[in-house]
Amino acid sequence: MSSPSSLKGRKVMLHDMCLRDGMHAKREQISVEQMVKVATALDDAGVPMIQVTHGGGLGGNSLQHGFALASNEDYLKAVAPKMKQAKISVLLIPGMGTMRDLQSAYDCGARSVHVATHCTEADTSPQHIAFARKLGMDATGFLMMAHLNDPQGLAQQGKLMESYGAQTIYITDSAGYMLPADVTDRVAALRAVLKPETEIGFHGHHNLGMGVANSIAAIEAGARRIDGSAAGLGAGAGNTPLEVFAAVCERMGIETGVDLFKLMDVAEDIIVPMMDHLVRVDRESLTLGYAGVYSTFVLPAKRAAARFGVPARDILVELGRKKMIGGQEDMIEDTAMTMAKERGLLKDVARTT
Amino acid sequence: MKKIKCALIGSGNIGTDLIYKVKRSPVLEPVWMVGIDAASEGLARARDMGLKTTADGVDGLLPHVLDDGIQIAFDATSAYVHAENSRKLNELGVMMIDLTPAAIGPLCVPPVNLREHADKAEMNVNMISCAGQATIPIVNAVARVQSVDYAEIVATLASKSIGPGTRMNLDEFTYTTSNAIVQVGGARRGKAIAIINPAEPPLIMRNTINCMTDDAPDQARIIDSVLAMIAEVQKYVPGYRLVNGPVFDGKRVSVFMEVAGLGDYLPKYAGNLDIMTAAACRTAEMFAEEILAGTLQLKATEAA
Repeated sequence: MSSPSSLKGRKVMLHDMCLRDGMHAKREQISVEQMVKVATALDDAGVPMIQVTHGGGLGGNSLQHGFALASNEDYLKAVAPKMKQAKISVLLIPGMGTMRDLQSAYDCGARSVHVATHCTEADTSPQHIAFARKLGMDATGFLMMAHLNDPQGLAQQGKLMESYGAQTIYITDSAGYMLPADVTDRVAALRAVLKPETEIGFHGHHNLGMGVANSIAAIEAGARRIDGSAAGLGAGAGNTPLEVFAAVCERMGIETGVDLFKLMDVAEDIIVPMMDHLVRVDRESLTLGYAGVYSTFVLPAKRAAARFGVPARDILVELGRKKMIGGQEDMIEDTAMTMAKERGLLKDVARTT
Repeated sequence: MKKIKCALIGSGNIGTDLIYKVKRSPVLEPVWMVGIDAASEGLARARDMGLKTTADGVDGLLPHVLDDGIQIAFDATSAYVHAENSRKLNELGVMMIDLTPAAIGPLCVPPVNLREHADKAEMNVNMISCAGQATIPIVNAVARVQSVDYAEIVATLASKSIGPGTRMNLDEFTYTTSNAIVQVGGARRGKAIAIINPAEPPLIMRNTINCMTDDAPDQARIIDSVLAMIAEVQKYVPGYRLVNGPVFDGKRVSVFMEVAGLGDYLPKYAGNLDIMTAAACRTAEMFAEEILAGTLQLKATEAA
């Protein structure tokens, strides 16, 4: 462990996720007006990057992931023109979002994109990363569920994304499962193979309460970009709480360029009152972090639990055992039904004729 | 018994799996395998299985089409070269079964609309995608009972079963499948989502089909229709299995399917590969039966 003073003067770019990952925690029900209010306040606090999309990103509006109150285009068109300094980013998961969606987001003002794949499937992203670069966007390769690949394997996946044109590679702890040493090893492995000009980022979830510590570990190992969200509004126990992280950075002499007190006010005065439930490490989100399950599964698992009578924790543990990955929300209902049948709570259908 | 001679274009996973299925058919005979890399494993395997091979693409096949009596060709290359392949072979009177997302011909899901295409003597039919073959029968099973405003499918595929072609072109897969949910499935609007899961041991292909009906779903009739359709698909894909549902939540009808393959070329988890090749083979057989019975005559299209 290097001493805190060794990070003094290190510049790190913060990227707020309230209006994308936070959409999961709000069941996609954030209004256009709320988006504008939050983004304007974050912009005023000096946050340089703000992600705005459906929780599942471009193409996310679906039965699988829920329908938002407005289209991605409507959100982007309302928010982007109001920004004084912040750049607006979007999420794109190949297999769901397409290049047509990306063009449309660009036309509405998005200038940066996280192109996200599972941590072993980077080769599903070449078209989308190359297209983002062609549009002149800031392009990030976003390796989700990064705990499911070892440091060397993850580094090779990052190298692939770099070869498609990604300027930044993210280690994405979608399950909030990683501990600081896991993060250090992965950032170091990526740093060893990527070009010097390619940046590394870290996206944490706070399911084990490690969001801030993991982000600091990432910076110590060479990461330059950190995702978080004001008041932690995000899936599971939320993302790395951005105002807490900014305060720690200030204590350590890490330069983020944000106004800490203004960011604290955004979290307390705007985000917390918006929450449907207090985003914290509760029993189910702790289960995610403990079992290594995708963070967005927690709310649908609670709904399936209510519908089929199988406890949410049991469903989540089973999803982890079956190695379900990001985007497989349909398997929550399916798994709950299969478990309900095993427990004699549900029967197979039968023909009537 | 006389068989209809076939050419297989593309020596990757799909082309290789097709060799096994076409060889088993009572009415089809695989004669040529067309590749583009002389050193490829796929071409070597095809030679070992008794097929003639060329590494010069479709142009390497053209001089032999008439001499060898080729009447049906399966194209398992890519959307980008299919149109040219089809044009060249149609001019020689060869009927094309398109397994790429090119979709220049009508979309075909055997239990839904194959009969219609055979009656029209189509010279090019498209097999949509593995996800399309696995899910559109179910969408149609609901839509034939009552009108469906929106159908959405999620296909989960084992990472090991997905070749470089699909990986590089996921958008085409999405567009083609979404379109077919409407055109063939019968929903007013459609959306397809693909997920590639790397779990070990590999997961068997899973498909979730959600339909939003206009009016309250007629549960008993939908259950009967879905179960009847599953039995139809099982005739050519025995591993097509209902896991959960149909389950009803307001106007939402959800069906959860699993597709295990026959394990011909890739292991059984690759049901996605199997349902595509089995559907293509079933389609070719229908045309072949008509040709053999003298009720269908393939006509060469005129050169442009």
